[in-house]
Amino acid sequence: MTARLHRPPGRTVAHLMLWCWALLLASGLQVAAAQAPGDTHHAEQVAQLATAGFGEKERIVDALLEARHPQTRMLLAAFLDGRLASRKSDGKVFITEDADDGVALVDPVDASAAGTAKSSALRKIGTNNRLRKKLKGAIALFDLDDADAGVRLAAVDEMLRELDATTVSALRTRLGVEDSARVRRALEVGLALADLSSPDAEVRLAAVGTLEGELGTAVYNRLKTLERDEPDARVRDAALSGLRHIDQWRRFYGGVETLFFGLSLGSVLVLAAIGLAITFGVMGVINMAHGELMMIGAYTAYVMQLLLPQHTTLAVLLAVPAAFLVSGLVGVGIERGIVRFLYGRPLETLLATFGLSLILQQAVRSIFSPLNRSVATPEFMSGSWQINEVFSLTWNRLYIVIFALLVFALLQLVLNKTSLGLKVRAVSQNREMARALGVRSARVDAMTFGLGAGVAGVAGVALSQLTNVGPNLGQSYIVDSFMVVVFGGVGNLWGTLIGGMSLGVVNKLLEPWSGAVMAKILVLVFLILFIQRRPRGLFPHKGRAAEGH
Amino acid sequence: MHTPLLKTLLTERGSQVFLGVLIVTAILVPLLNLAVPADSALHVSTYTVTLLGKYLCYALLAIAVDLVWGYCGILSLGHTAFFALGGYAMGMYLMRQIGTRGVYGDPVLPDFMVFLNWSELPWYWHGFDMFWFAMLMVVLAPGALAYVFGWFAFRSRVTGVYLSIITQALTFALLLAFFRNEMGFGGNNGLTDFKDLLGFDLQADATRIGLFLATAFALGGGYVACRAIAASRAGRVIRAIRDAEGRARFIGYRVESYKLWLWTFSAVLAGIAGALYVPQVGIINPGEFAPINAIEIVIWVAVGGRGTLYGAVLGALVVNYAKTWFTGAFPEVWLYALGALFVLVTLFLPQGIVGLLARARKTA
Repeated sequence: MTARLHRPPGRTVAHLMLWCWALLLASGLQVAAAQAPGDTHHAEQVAQLATAGFGEKERIVDALLEARHPQTRMLLAAFLDGRLASRKSDGKVFITEDADDGVALVDPVDASAAGTAKSSALRKIGTNNRLRKKLKGAIALFDLDDADAGVRLAAVDEMLRELDATTVSALRTRLGVEDSARVRRALEVGLALADLSSPDAEVRLAAVGTLEGELGTAVYNRLKTLERDEPDARVRDAALSGLRHIDQWRRFYGGVETLFFGLSLGSVLVLAAIGLAITFGVMGVINMAHGELMMIGAYTAYVMQLLLPQHTTLAVLLAVPAAFLVSGLVGVGIERGIVRFLYGRPLETLLATFGLSLILQQAVRSIFSPLNRSVATPEFMSGSWQINEVFSLTWNRLYIVIFALLVFALLQLVLNKTSLGLKVRAVSQNREMARALGVRSARVDAMTFGLGAGVAGVAGVALSQLTNVGPNLGQSYIVDSFMVVVFGGVGNLWGTLIGGMSLGVVNKLLEPWSGAVMAKILVLVFLILFIQRRPRGLFPHKGRAAEGH
Repeated sequence: MHTPLLKTLLTERGSQVFLGVLIVTAILVPLLNLAVPADSALHVSTYTVTLLGKYLCYALLAIAVDLVWGYCGILSLGHTAFFALGGYAMGMYLMRQIGTRGVYGDPVLPDFMVFLNWSELPWYWHGFDMFWFAMLMVVLAPGALAYVFGWFAFRSRVTGVYLSIITQALTFALLLAFFRNEMGFGGNNGLTDFKDLLGFDLQADATRIGLFLATAFALGGGYVACRAIAASRAGRVIRAIRDAEGRARFIGYRVESYKLWLWTFSAVLAGIAGALYVPQVGIINPGEFAPINAIEIVIWVAVGGRGTLYGAVLGALVVNYAKTWFTGAFPEVWLYALGALFVLVTLFLPQGIVGLLARARKTA
């Protein structure tokens, strides 16, 4: 938690250095700037800010914009950030920057450093909402000519919020010279939005045409008013069809989003169940402590983070193999210590491993306290991927899906392409025959159980990125994971994958209609009924061995 | 039918001991509570009476689980569902008895419904102001659920571990459902603040004694009924099903029907245990549905020794006494102890305490 809140000191230092560098550069240009004819005018305007009322400040901003002095953008940005202040002693206006001893002052006219001051010696030049909006628009006007296409795009977006004659003409000028296709499109949209207010019906009609394919809220709302207030029937119809089009896409992306949520929930289920698919599915061992093996994996991630507090990403990446080892070793211990005495007695195995799960939970409570812990999310997993204006995917969910598929693929490889996998399959299909051919079945049992347990640990690391880590983490997944394995068909990894994913999607499809808890209940009831109809799951093993006794 | 049952009850050592101890307790405890002055060393406090009553409810629940697990091999991880349903039926009756004495003083609606701004009683709450109807529901609600569930499960031949897992899913789904306020069973808080039962004040010593006696009577009755089933011809078929289901079916027995009736009967016993439990502890909430509680019942049976019925009673008493003692003295140790009990009993004591005693007697 602390690691997330505190900004690493390195970044502040870098920030300062960058600032100093900028100052140096600015002072190099100072000679040229000092000779600029607008300087005195600029300085006068800036000085007035110290005493002006809000209305007056707006007028000054307008005047500054018109003059286009080289330092104006810096000044406006500082104004917007609340870093513009007047010195109480002489009323002179400065840009302020936090420094170790009080506040560093920067001259707003020539960007030169002007010493430091105590913050008590300064009076901040205040802004209000209206003024801040104006300042944002003004800064965007500058950014429209920035060399970076990304900055230009952000500037266009900013300007679309508030279109007036100045901004429209600025946009139109920019469109003439713009070479980035994305920025061009943004400019066109902005101008079309402005054109919708044109008195000429033809212009409005053309503008609606230009807006086709846009899904953003601004366009939608504008079309909505147009469809209501437009006197010209053709334009109204065009607006209506545009609206329908947007609605259609929104529904489509809403559907895709639900599907994605379902898949990410399904991935969690698959991760939780896939270790079980090995111990239960391949070996036929009911391991009720499976959830606790996941919990151990999650706590391994937590410990990793305690060991490497500065390197969140590294800690999580290292936690994956570490959790596999820790949980895997515990798994081997469970197999050697308890499970091997109970082969062929599934109900007793169930009880013994359940007892073990209680012990493990209590052990974690004793060691780590019963409180939930949180594991920091690495930067590359936070935030979301904005695909278009109405559709975005959060990175952590996306990575969970990829991770689940990766784990699944690796496990398939291990089971189908390695010598261990061959032996595991041999023992699970016919123990006696495998032993006769020289497979050390006891060893294979331990390794298989360890593999399943290790995968559970890896799943725990993934879970630590989604929820808090606590002693009850595993318990909440145990019923679900058994359901997934049984639903998919025991002894079938593909069944587990498809079963888990489809249960996740069904759950999310039901949720908006019935509420989250009810959706879960319905899925459980569906599963109970499903197992009645097909006791061997979606993809049963064929043949005599599957029939049992 | 009569002769073999009486014969088993009179000749079988475990049954003799169990019924003897139960009768002596049922006579002694009320006497020691009511007739012996409070400062005497022999006095049994009302708190102890209620605690014993609670243990006897657990014992009845354990018998219900042992009947299906020990005799028929059906490991239920969902008997808490039937126990809690019986408890809720009783709780609904007790709720309706509160009447205008609730916080909001509404003559019909329980407090939590007034709190949720409900204007009328949901349909399924009607009739619970009558004792006979509530008692009918104590039997019918768990019985019907078990019958429907069992009808589906046994007909499609869901057996062994699969059955255990879906019984667990059943009680888990009910747990989630009863947590919802919209269900109309008080949500998270459940039903509580009971005042009286059939006009008797629940806090009064005499009522407590009455409940204790009723529980002892139910336990004795349940035990004799289960013993009768076990000793009957059907009981032998049931054991045959446990040992070799396929063969029993091939000989021509309708395995599903035997299982279904045994299962439903067991659920009804669990429901009765729940109904007796609620007025003694004074609350029923969705926590009673928790799957972990269901597994705990199984461990009582395993510790005592399954397939004997009196072993189940013994296990319920021993484990619960240990739980009371541990959670008082060393709360952190209890889960370690319970967990270790699971592991050790399954590994080293497959016949439970009863099996241990039998072995000790044989060697002696």
